[in-house]
Amino acid sequence: MSKNIIDKIWEAHEVVPEGEHPAVFAIDFMLIHEVTSAQAFDVLRERGLEPFDRDRLLATLDHSIPTRTNRLQIYDDAARTQVETLRKNCEQFDIPLYDFDKGQGIVHIIGPEYGITQPGMTLVCGDSHTSTHGAFGVLAFGVGTSEVSHVLTTGCILQRKPRTMKVDFVGEFQKGVYAKDAILKLISVIGVGGANGHVIEYTGPAIGKMRMDERMTICNMSIECGARAGLVSPDEETFRYMKGKRFAPTSERWDEAVEYWTSFASDPDASYDREITIDLSVLKPMVTWGTNPGQGIEIDELLPKISMLKPELQDSARKAYDYVELEEGSPILGTPIDWAFLGSCTNARIEDLRMAAEIVRGKKISEGVTFYVVPGSEAVRAQAIAEGLDVVFEEAGASFRMPGCSLCLGMNDDRVPPGKRCISTSNRNFVGRQGTGSRTHLASPATVAMSALMGKITSQEVGE
Amino acid sequence: MEKFTSITSRVLPLPIADVDTDMIIPANFLTSVSKAGYGENVFRRLRDQDSNFPFNLPQYEGAEILVADDNFGCGSSREHAVWALMGWGIRVVIAKSFADIFTSNSLKNGLVLATLPDEKVDGLLRSASRDEVRITVDLPTQEVRLPGDEVCSFEFDPFRKHCIVNGLDDIDYIMSHRDAIAEFRKAQDRHRYFRSGTSNH
Repeated sequence: MSKNIIDKIWEAHEVVPEGEHPAVFAIDFMLIHEVTSAQAFDVLRERGLEPFDRDRLLATLDHSIPTRTNRLQIYDDAARTQVETLRKNCEQFDIPLYDFDKGQGIVHIIGPEYGITQPGMTLVCGDSHTSTHGAFGVLAFGVGTSEVSHVLTTGCILQRKPRTMKVDFVGEFQKGVYAKDAILKLISVIGVGGANGHVIEYTGPAIGKMRMDERMTICNMSIECGARAGLVSPDEETFRYMKGKRFAPTSERWDEAVEYWTSFASDPDASYDREITIDLSVLKPMVTWGTNPGQGIEIDELLPKISMLKPELQDSARKAYDYVELEEGSPILGTPIDWAFLGSCTNARIEDLRMAAEIVRGKKISEGVTFYVVPGSEAVRAQAIAEGLDVVFEEAGASFRMPGCSLCLGMNDDRVPPGKRCISTSNRNFVGRQGTGSRTHLASPATVAMSALMGKITSQEVGE
Repeated sequence: MEKFTSITSRVLPLPIADVDTDMIIPANFLTSVSKAGYGENVFRRLRDQDSNFPFNLPQYEGAEILVADDNFGCGSSREHAVWALMGWGIRVVIAKSFADIFTSNSLKNGLVLATLPDEKVDGLLRSASRDEVRITVDLPTQEVRLPGDEVCSFEFDPFRKHCIVNGLDDIDYIMSHRDAIAEFRKAQDRHRYFRSGTSNH
C-alpha cells in the first residue's frame, strides 16, 4: 500500500502503538531555548533523573536576548536570569549550548544550518515554529514545557496520530512573488484554524523547484493555519543542502544515509485525509492587513469589506480594522509605514538578506522609517558581512543587528512603539506582538525592503 | 498534577474567536523561570486597555469556568498560557474548538477543555454576559450541566480523563515502557546519521 511521508515517519517512531492510550512516540532530536525550558529542567532535578541522550539535545539563546552589539549585557533582570538559568542547566546536565559567539542563533535557523535536521526524523522544540524543520522531510512540531520535560527524561512523548493534509502548489511564481507570499496565500484561504488537527505535506512542481530556505519559509508558517507541522518530502535539493554540514554524515556513510532518507518520501499515489491546490501562477505579493495571519490580501487588492466576509470572520475583522486604523474598501498599497523588520525564523536566512540587500543597494530608506535587519544566526551574520551586505544595509540607513528573535515577538528590548506601523518578514501580526499598540503587516523580504525604501506598503512589481 | 473530577462555578464569558496565546500571556511576561506568578498577568494587555474586559470585572472573581468562542489557544506553543489561566483560577475552558498545542498543554496540566456545539456555546456566552450563570462540569461523566437541568455531553480522550481524574502525569506512564523504549533505540541506532554535537564543539 502506498504511504505518504507523514504515515511513514509516524510508523517508524511508534514505540508503543496507539490504542485506548496515545502512542509512546520517539523523538529523535530536541532543540532547547531559554524561554520554555527552565521548568522542564526542574522536573529532571525533582525526580533525580538525567537527560535521556545528550547527543539528541542542543540548546541556544534566541528569544529574550538583546540584538544590540553589546548584547552580552542583558539589562532586563528577568531576561538575564532566564539566560543564566539555561546556562546553568546546560552545564549541570552537560547539554551542548550554542552560546553567544559559539554558534548562537534562532533555534530553527541553526538546526538546519548545522545539519541536525535530517529526513525521516522527529524533532521537537518548545516553540510553535518548529515546523520549519519540516522542509527536510522531518516531522517537526512545537511542544509545551511539560512535553519538553518528557523528552528530556525519556526521549518520548505521548501522541495521537495526526490527520494528514496535502497542499499542492501548482504553477510558476510571477516575478517578485516568493515562498512567503505562497504560504500567506494558503493561510488566507483556509484561515487560522483551517488545518487544526492535521500535518500538512507541501507538494507540487513549485515546491520541487524551491531552494531549502524557501521550503523552510513555507513549513515555518504551517502553525499559522493551525497545522501542528508541515513538511516536504526529501529530494536531491535536500541532500545537496545537507552535504558537508557539521552534523551530517561523512562521505563513507553518505550514500547509505541518502538511500534511507529517500525511503521516507511520499509514494506517488499516496492518499491524505484532505487535499487542496493553490495556483501560484496568478499570485501577487501578499500582505496582511489585520491582527491574525489569515487576514491577508494580495498587495493590489482593496481591504475587504466586512459585509463580504464569512459571518464568523466579521467580528474579528471589525476589531482588527479598529486596531490597525485602516478602512475597509480602501487600498492597502501606499499605506505609510514607520518601521520595517527583516528577521525571524521565517525569513532571516542568508538568501532573505541577499534579496533585501539587492533592493536597497545604493539607495536610502525613506526618512522617518526605522529598519531593523536581524540575521537569524551568527553564521548568517558572518556570511552577510563576508558578502558586504552589512555595509549595504547600513549605508541605506538600516540597522544591521546581532542574531535573535527580536521584533518577531518583542520579548527582548526591541519594540515597535505604540501606534507605529511595521512591515515585517515575521510570522504573526497579533495585537501588540511587536510591542504594545504596534501594528504589524506581514510580507516577504522583497516587499519589506521595497516598502522601507518608499516609506509605504509597496512591492517591486506592483508599485503605486 | 492536581486531580480534577467535578466543579460548579459561575461562568466567565469571553466572546472572542481565535484567542491566541499572545493574548492570554503576552511575550514580555514570559521571563519567569518558575510556573508561579503567571496568573496575575493573564490577558494583561487586554485588561490594561479595557477596564470592562471580563477578567477585570469583580463579578467574575473566583470564576473557574471560562467560556470562549472558536479556535481558542491558537498561536504560540507557550505553556505559560495554561499556567496563566490556571494561576488566575480557571479550571475549565468551554469553547467551539481549541488549537492543537494548547489542547496538549492543557491536558498535561489538568486544565479541562470541553468542546460544545456552536449553539450551546453561543447561548452560554449570551446568557453569562447578561446574568449570573452557574454551571457544573463533571469529567467522569463528561457532562456539562446547564441551568434548567439541561445536560450537554462532551468528548474527552479516555486516557487523558484517567490521568486528570487521578492526577497522573505522562512521565510515569512513558517510563513504564522503558524496556520497549530501550529496544526501539537499539534497533534505530543503525540509522543514526547525525553526528554528536558535543564532540564537535
